[in-house]
Amino acid sequence: MYKNLRWKAIAVVAVAVLAAVSFYPPEDKIKLGLDLQGGVHLVLRVNTQDALELETETSSEQLSVALKDAGVIVGSIRPTSDTTFQVDGVPPDRDQQFRQLAQDQVGLSFDRETGVGGAYTYRMKPNIDVDRRREAVTQAMQTIERRVNEYGVSEPIVAEYGNAGNQIVVQLPGVTDVPRAKELISSTAVLELKLVESGPAPDEATLLAPFAGKAPEGQEVVQGTAVAGQAGASFYLVGRVPVITGNDLRNAKSTIDMIGQPAVGFSLKSEGVTKFSRVTSANVGRYLAIILDNRVVSAPVIEGPITQADAQITGTFTQQEVADLSLVLRSGALPASLTYQQEESVGPTLGDASVRAGVQASVAGLVLVTLFMLVYYKLAGINAVLSIVLNLMILMGFMAYLGAVMTLPGIAGFILTIGMGVDSNVLIFERIREEIANGKGARQAVAAGFDRVFITILDTHVASLIAAGFLFQFGTGPIRGFATTLFFGLISNVFTAVFVSRTLFEFSLSRRPGTARLSI
Amino acid sequence: MQILGSTNINFIKWRWHAIALSAAIIVVGFAQMANQGGPKLSVDFSGGTSMVLRFDQPVSEDAVRSALTSVVGEKTVQRFGKESENQILVRLPQSITVEEGTTLDDAAEQVDLLVRKANIGAFTREKTEIVGPVVGQDLQRKGIYATLTALAGIMLYIGFRFRFTFAAGAIVATLHDVLVTLVFLNWFGYELSLNIVAALLTMTGYSVNDTIVVFDRVRENARTMRKDGLETQVNTSVNQTLSRTIITAGTTFLAVLGLYLYGGEVLEGFAFTLLVGIISGTYSTIFIAAAIAILLTKKTAAPATTGANRARAKA
Repeated sequence: MYKNLRWKAIAVVAVAVLAAVSFYPPEDKIKLGLDLQGGVHLVLRVNTQDALELETETSSEQLSVALKDAGVIVGSIRPTSDTTFQVDGVPPDRDQQFRQLAQDQVGLSFDRETGVGGAYTYRMKPNIDVDRRREAVTQAMQTIERRVNEYGVSEPIVAEYGNAGNQIVVQLPGVTDVPRAKELISSTAVLELKLVESGPAPDEATLLAPFAGKAPEGQEVVQGTAVAGQAGASFYLVGRVPVITGNDLRNAKSTIDMIGQPAVGFSLKSEGVTKFSRVTSANVGRYLAIILDNRVVSAPVIEGPITQADAQITGTFTQQEVADLSLVLRSGALPASLTYQQEESVGPTLGDASVRAGVQASVAGLVLVTLFMLVYYKLAGINAVLSIVLNLMILMGFMAYLGAVMTLPGIAGFILTIGMGVDSNVLIFERIREEIANGKGARQAVAAGFDRVFITILDTHVASLIAAGFLFQFGTGPIRGFATTLFFGLISNVFTAVFVSRTLFEFSLSRRPGTARLSI
Repeated sequence: MQILGSTNINFIKWRWHAIALSAAIIVVGFAQMANQGGPKLSVDFSGGTSMVLRFDQPVSEDAVRSALTSVVGEKTVQRFGKESENQILVRLPQSITVEEGTTLDDAAEQVDLLVRKANIGAFTREKTEIVGPVVGQDLQRKGIYATLTALAGIMLYIGFRFRFTFAAGAIVATLHDVLVTLVFLNWFGYELSLNIVAALLTMTGYSVNDTIVVFDRVRENARTMRKDGLETQVNTSVNQTLSRTIITAGTTFLAVLGLYLYGGEVLEGFAFTLLVGIISGTYSTIFIAAAIAILLTKKTAAPATTGANRARAKA
């Protein structure tokens, strides 16, 4: 008799139950791709050279200011490319002092190349170049993510795309107003600095209690972002007219303050400087709310009049918080422009029709295959159909468990999985028939059939897995969905066609006498 | 029930006819393709704009076409999907004057505006696909890369599992299937898109499947049929696996036929590619793969005439 048959049967049932539990109910567990539920898919390029240009410009200006302050008069300082700026006419007697100042100001990011007659070229260090480009992409992604969340898209995807290192893919399921979505993504973020009139308070009612529940003229309530270590949200009452907006901002970066604490350094354009110095001089000791996309990010105290382009936001920040804050400020200023490279949108009607067509086609395929197997292989056909159905269940289970996305080509993958299941079963059944024709008894024929064919199935599946692997590697969106289904369909097929089908055969043979004939 | 009993057809006898037929199809097909300036590429690869407009009322293709007369470039306007769905597909090539990026969707907006102005009925944009030149080229490169690496990977695996000459036979057969399918796609007016490339790769896996089944049998028979020549061994193996080859191809064909008929216009090209691929794959398994393997094996083993008979299985 067959050994371990009971355990094999239990294993098969357990796998079936596990698979069913993972994907049930399918409408909640199986995620649909954009082509099936409708939505928009965008590929953008971040023009990272903008970020380099900004860095070069800011650095050359910084150096220019520092030289003026120190009384070192040079001929000119001007950017010559995205990553280089040139200094001309450094007086020979001040050369040493110039080099020292330049080293202090821009030495961390730029390499010096000495020319003739007091000319110097400063070239951005390769690692800074790479860092700034990377930062630009990260910032753009974070900005976009905040914006699509604001837009109210459920389960948006914002991710890096391709190998170039400067592309972003944005997927917005269910979005039909494509122009608006695109505008939202690529427009400048709204950054505002406003004077705090009152707050923070844990809720709006508490905040407005002194004002009879209504914000006074010229003021408004803005919610703060949740801060670690502080329970719940916070609300601020701020002046309606911003002191500074994102348009006035030039740059922001991590730095340290006079006592060595992490702080955010930012620089303003010249108009911004005028406004800012006027307001800060008049409001020393008050709080200034930094508001991004209508949320208070932080509200530092104005410690003194700020009259130059460069200023700091100090406080009890950690390094991490400073990095985040300056990043938010920078992305508000949008470090680089965005270019749309690809756009694909599918309306919900077409998506629905595709789902229906796909399901219809799968069911039609399964019915045709079932009929054929039952007619051609009689009772053994039942084994084949059971193992194919279990294969599809395991595949669904895998998809649900991995959170893989179901796409239209993914449905095609299901149909091909049916085809593959049939192939393996036919291969085995034909072999069993051959063995019977050669005079073997039912049990020996089944055993020989499965044993001989196992190697063939392994070889064919590995070859197909290789194709599926490359498909996944190169594929985007829908194609990836297809490669995923194909891949897991192949793996589970080895299990169902070889192990499950054999167990079913053995199970039915074990209850009958050794001389029983096979219905195949 | 049984469709094919044990057969003993001399397939090897027909190999030159088969190779000549395949070569003729491929040469003529590719000459045509070269003549028309390469295969038709979808916007995935060529870049450009493709839109599906769904009208509330029935509308003729000509009405849409005449609304778009002022759009420059070679444009396509055709019905999309069922007659009752009132959907029109509009395709525009990559505009040369387009400054890359900022104006990516200009063409789409222009079409939108012109069709609205023409007053031929209210419509919604059911699908829009706009591919810039950079992405198009990138996808094209990746498509070719994926096909070639997949083939190389499969070849390595077969070379590792069987004899190298067999691997070459399998690859020639698979390459044959890819080329023949490309020719048929061109004849039936399908454009090469990402979906089609995916179908081509799937078909590659399938075609190799079939071939491996036969080779596997050759490996097994080589042990029991030492006295017979390689040709007899191969021919016997093809015959022994014939009913399996036909049944598998038949059932997979049925399943994909369902996809072709009911899968909707988006999957139609995908399913068509597989249908052609299945037929070509079965044909090449029976006639091409083994013939090439025999040819190469004999060539490499020419000095030692008995060498060819020793089908040493590495497995």
